[in-house]
Amino acid sequence: MKLSSLQARLSSPKTAGKTTLRLVGGATALATAISLVACGGGDKSAGGNFDGEVKVGILHSRSGTMAISENTVAEAELMAIDEINAAGGITIDGKKLKIVPVQEDGASDWPTFAEKAKKLIDQDQVAVVFGGWTSASRKAMLPVFEAKDHFLFYPIQYEGQECSKNIFYSGATPNQQAEPAVEWLLKNKGKNFFLVGSDYVYPRTANTIMKEQLKAQGGKLVGEDYLPLGNTEVAPIIAKIKQALPKGGVIVNTLNGDSNVAFFKQMKAAGITPANGYSIMSFSIAEEEIAAIGPEYLEGTYAAWNYFQSLDTPASKKFTAAFKAKYGDKRVTNDPAEAAYAMVYLWAKGAEKANSVDDNKVREALVGVSFDAPEGTVTVQPNHHIEKLVLIGEVKKDGMFKILENKGFVKPVAWNQFVPETKGYTCDWTQKRPDAGKYKL
Amino acid sequence: MDLLYDTLFNGLAIGSVLVLAALGLAVVFGLMGVINMAHGELMMIGAYTTYVVQNLFKTGPLESLFPIYILIAIPAAFLISGLAGLLLEKTVIRRLYGRPLETLLATWGVSLILQQFVRSVSTAFFVGLLVAVAIGVITPLVSPPALWQKRSSPLLRTGSWVVAGAIGIGLASALGQVMVLDTPWFSARNIDVTAPEWLRESISLGSLNMPTARLFIIALTAVCLLAVNRFLQKSVWGIRIRAVTQNRSMSSCLGIPTEQVDALTFLVGSGLAGVAGAALTLLGPVGPNLGGSYIVDCFMVVVLGGVGKLAGTLVAALGIGVLSFVIGSGSLLVVWPTMPVALNELVTFFATSSMAKVLVFALVVLFLQIRPAGLFPQKGRMVEA
Repeated sequence: MKLSSLQARLSSPKTAGKTTLRLVGGATALATAISLVACGGGDKSAGGNFDGEVKVGILHSRSGTMAISENTVAEAELMAIDEINAAGGITIDGKKLKIVPVQEDGASDWPTFAEKAKKLIDQDQVAVVFGGWTSASRKAMLPVFEAKDHFLFYPIQYEGQECSKNIFYSGATPNQQAEPAVEWLLKNKGKNFFLVGSDYVYPRTANTIMKEQLKAQGGKLVGEDYLPLGNTEVAPIIAKIKQALPKGGVIVNTLNGDSNVAFFKQMKAAGITPANGYSIMSFSIAEEEIAAIGPEYLEGTYAAWNYFQSLDTPASKKFTAAFKAKYGDKRVTNDPAEAAYAMVYLWAKGAEKANSVDDNKVREALVGVSFDAPEGTVTVQPNHHIEKLVLIGEVKKDGMFKILENKGFVKPVAWNQFVPETKGYTCDWTQKRPDAGKYKL
Repeated sequence: MDLLYDTLFNGLAIGSVLVLAALGLAVVFGLMGVINMAHGELMMIGAYTTYVVQNLFKTGPLESLFPIYILIAIPAAFLISGLAGLLLEKTVIRRLYGRPLETLLATWGVSLILQQFVRSVSTAFFVGLLVAVAIGVITPLVSPPALWQKRSSPLLRTGSWVVAGAIGIGLASALGQVMVLDTPWFSARNIDVTAPEWLRESISLGSLNMPTARLFIIALTAVCLLAVNRFLQKSVWGIRIRAVTQNRSMSSCLGIPTEQVDALTFLVGSGLAGVAGAALTLLGPVGPNLGGSYIVDCFMVVVLGGVGKLAGTLVAALGIGVLSFVIGSGSLLVVWPTMPVALNELVTFFATSSMAKVLVFALVVLFLQIRPAGLFPQKGRMVEA
């Protein structure tokens, strides 16, 4: 380290006056050096009976606004990798390979995601990348993976209208989350809908689909509003909701992140609550967000997901117990974590089936691969999405969900059938045709 | 008529949040001319103080007093944020007076440090930090003074801080081996501050529905404004602060302790930021990024109002509040349903929260083009100096 030269310079009388600034610099350098040593500690599990290693990339925001949500997803992926390694790793050509995660931080900044994806592919030569949360980060990484013909696994429910050969989607498409939820609301809760969302690609696209669906199924849109990400002043929206729905109705919330807290706190204060006849359905609020917002503000509102921690099956309980044992008793599991956990296993199974970790071979082998995920047995479909269990739940006092309806497993539809521009289109990567990603049936 | 009351109330509600958030900045930036980018983080410290106070009242012997914990949290937030501000002034800002660009960069750095501090602080981390600072400060005091007067003293001083830092880091990582001590106090997640029951309801007056949390914030804002105004106009120290603001060297000649005045002004301004943070827990999310979402609005209010004028801050904040409500809720359409189609489409276009924000910004920029000094320009000697 250059500490000695720094001290040598410090001792010369000329620079002595600036000691304090230098001092801070020196202390920082030292701190960095020490923490680097501390973090670079040896791998305890190394030296097992493995015949080799295979590197995989983990690319999520570990800092910035999205870190809160993405940390959990990355943790679930690491847990899956540890479990697979503990069971002997993946077997390729009769050789046991240890999965070694290479972690990168996307820093909640979309160009950084693209940059780090490039680094993982070129420099670290990873076999596959698990990563992304916001649609914006996925859209930023997409061209990188297509240009390098590499493979990204993306674990979050999203707006659909995309079907890339180089991305594998383990989260829900709209027909596995938003559409059944709207159907359920129309059937049980009312016809007048107010849509509130954050101002970026996912809520805008999801709401476009919902508006078409409402038109097709006899619902009525009474208003919509978008809040910039991170904005917390929702008084104008509340005034609009009161004007549009004076006697109660359905509110569909696709807000993301911090704005939700302000939204629910102020809605409760203004009397827009389930008790007063308002049915509020959220698409981005899972167990973890409930804990942060406070269950007392959310009790009685609804959410649609493919997995709830309260799902009462042995696989689900095992997953939650393992997660708590690894990361602490206060932690909760949720849908994105489950999808992230499952996709690591699906990749491992795909690689074993292909008998190779080469991304092109794994991609072909993946279709049809099944895994007993916490939500149930999921199978990879020809459009690179997976079949998912559709659940609708109500928030309870303890911050968990009471499952109101289980619609069973639903097949993914990438190109939405309610939106006129994409009606009739489909995606099937098992077809040998140049436009397999989007072609008319 | 209902709509008018509704608009006035909501405008007042939005505006009072802005007044409260900007008041501390109006003191620090307006009176001292310090561009404090860490103002938002001082608000965050206030909000976290509220969280800690709330937890004290959630269980245990004080549980019966939970409904009024907020009344204790607000002075606590003032105190903690004020002390944090004082520390900031004594260690960083004091050395940078008269250098606005360096102040801006340094305080921005401090804001990042504070954000990361609340994310990663754990008992082990805190003890390590405390021990390191204590060793660094105490070493020169207990060792022979002659040592520190030699030519090699800068080296010695650096060396002692390096050793202190190393001991602190070593201690923190040693303690970090114990799981309990290594758990972060707050972590990077947002924390849940629960308002007492009476602040989660609303009062209806005719057709007007007023959330109690909003009423509480409006009242708190009024109290803070009156208190600050009285402090500056009537108290001895307030008069000294104004004297230093008007002419620093003259005040110094007349025997006013300017250093103490600076420290006090910063303490009051930071304390007010803490109060704003405590009030914001009633409305919105509490997390390490809380400050970031308000800092731009705060500067906008202070600049629009005219730097150095509390009345300007008040009028600017209320104006922006009413304006963003009127635009954002599209209430113009309700008042004038028969407006021409072109105008109607324009109003509808801006009647979402994100577009309203754009329009308000544009209007403020336009206004500042016409009156660069804001609504209430500062007059007098300081302007010429």
